[in-house]
Amino acid sequence: MGRITLEGVQKSFGPVHIIKGADLDIPDGAFVVFVGPSGCGKTTLLRLIAGLEDVSGGKILIDGKNVVDVPPAKRGLSMVFQSYALYPHMSVRGNIAFGLKMAGLPKDEINRKVEAAAATLNLTPYLDRKPRELSGGQRQRVAIGRAIVREPKAFLFDEPLSNLDAALRVQMRLEVTRLQKQLATTAIYVTHDQVEAMTMADKIVVLNAGKIEQYGSPIELYQRPANLFVAGFIGSPKMNFIAGDVAGQHNAATIGVRPEHLDIDGGGQGWSGKVMVAEHLGSDTFLYVDAGPVGTLTARCEGEKGVKAGDQITLVPDPNRIYRFDANGNAIFA
Amino acid sequence: MARKVTTANVVVSTAGAWLVGFLIFFPILWMVLTSFKTELEAFATPPSFLFFHWTTENYATVQERSDYLHHALNSIIIAGGSTLIALLIAVPAAWSMAFSPTKRTKDVLLWMLSTKMMPPVGVLVPIYLIYKNVGLLDTRAGLIFILCLGNLPIVIWMLFTYFKEIPKDILEAARMDGATIGRELIYVLTPMAIPGLASTMLLNLILAWNEAFWTLNLSTLDAAPLTTFIASYSSPEGLFWARLSAASTLAIAPILIIGWFSQKQLVRGLTFGAVK
Repeated sequence: MGRITLEGVQKSFGPVHIIKGADLDIPDGAFVVFVGPSGCGKTTLLRLIAGLEDVSGGKILIDGKNVVDVPPAKRGLSMVFQSYALYPHMSVRGNIAFGLKMAGLPKDEINRKVEAAAATLNLTPYLDRKPRELSGGQRQRVAIGRAIVREPKAFLFDEPLSNLDAALRVQMRLEVTRLQKQLATTAIYVTHDQVEAMTMADKIVVLNAGKIEQYGSPIELYQRPANLFVAGFIGSPKMNFIAGDVAGQHNAATIGVRPEHLDIDGGGQGWSGKVMVAEHLGSDTFLYVDAGPVGTLTARCEGEKGVKAGDQITLVPDPNRIYRFDANGNAIFA
Repeated sequence: MARKVTTANVVVSTAGAWLVGFLIFFPILWMVLTSFKTELEAFATPPSFLFFHWTTENYATVQERSDYLHHALNSIIIAGGSTLIALLIAVPAAWSMAFSPTKRTKDVLLWMLSTKMMPPVGVLVPIYLIYKNVGLLDTRAGLIFILCLGNLPIVIWMLFTYFKEIPKDILEAARMDGATIGRELIYVLTPMAIPGLASTMLLNLILAWNEAFWTLNLSTLDAAPLTTFIASYSSPEGLFWARLSAASTLAIAPILIIGWFSQKQLVRGLTFGAVK
């Protein structure tokens, strides 16, 4: 079991409020990603759950039990650090076994579990090597092995893939997701990379300036962002925002249209302008269009349309996909 | 473009390195050679380098005139004792400053080092008077105390920089893995800190062994370490170079041997953190 509930969790460092009251319910077995810009408090929130920082207020419940006064080791969670944080003087075996050794398990049981974990992660040939003799991806796997071998109530991942190169990151992303589904253990995963968030999560927590902006499934956040921040943060390229008279026509302070919901060659009412830059990614092309009074708009079209910089085009929004926001930035749902 | 390494380059730099090495080592070599000469040959100009009458009589004289073992034992106790106490104080101090620094930590570190900026002779009179009044003159405890205090800032600084190199994440990982503070110390921290601890200990041992200012001024016989033993050959009856050299050779021999066997550790310790 690994249900984690936060009730009004706050954290301040001196006069600085890092977490301004977080409420969250993470069901057992869910893969939840904390995402947000740097400095939004996502790592702090994870460390509060881990017990590496003390809360300034509120409750953290693990399976219904308040753990704010429980030391990290007794919370039954395990953590994978961004820097891997392997013990440099121990072999891979020693690293993975350390937690079990601390728990006082008998030797043969430790060996059996370590070998099982190593087999799951393809680490068997490296069991007797030291961390410095491993590649980045292998070190990462050792760190994960150390986390899974203890059979914790939940895994905590603190940007575990950010030190890997792009190709390896995609591969590890799949492995972590697959492993979590296989073990059916609750996981909380911190990242600033929205692609990781969207691809891995069952549910995403979007954090901004110490506040939870929205909590929902990736597709919910994409389709029904609760406010301007979430709308701008989720989705790539970013959503276009238009204020002023154009928004007023839709009875909103601001309207938002995603680049993929702008049609460039269909008929209808739209905004015309000149293409300033065209980024050709192959399958897609991103167009940055100077649309005069409504500002610069980004549009996403098929890669083989043949639009280039300098072309004059008209962008027509899909009328069912126009997001409306009030003066406070909150979404207006029809 | 990669730099080309030619044979000539290697020869020249190797020869240069040997020359510098020889120059640095020469005083010690000269001292050892002189200790095997007769007093007359020790004075000779031009000096003879290797072709002289080799004799061990200086060592016999030194052994006869003063109790080498007594002074050597004092040196061991004073250098060892002051190092041990300095480490006992410095480890927790450096630990807390490295792992839970406050905004004053930097100032405290600098303040500690500032005590080394004052020449010791500036406080000789007050220290001497205090020692006289509390009866610490010419006692091993008194010397251990003053040498320990003298080296403490350097020991704390060295340990602080080593501990700083240990990533905090690793300690947190150990905590998540269920290690208590005691076990974290035994299984994780200490093994990682051993190189730093060892080189700090060695350096402090050497510094304390060769410290002459306080040991000469605060001891006469009972607590006198090898530095005082050497100094006793430089005065009143005039200079006896050969005997002085024999005494000096005997005095530095133990520390030289320790230094030789631990040179790998020492060099690693002194360049720790410079290259990852």
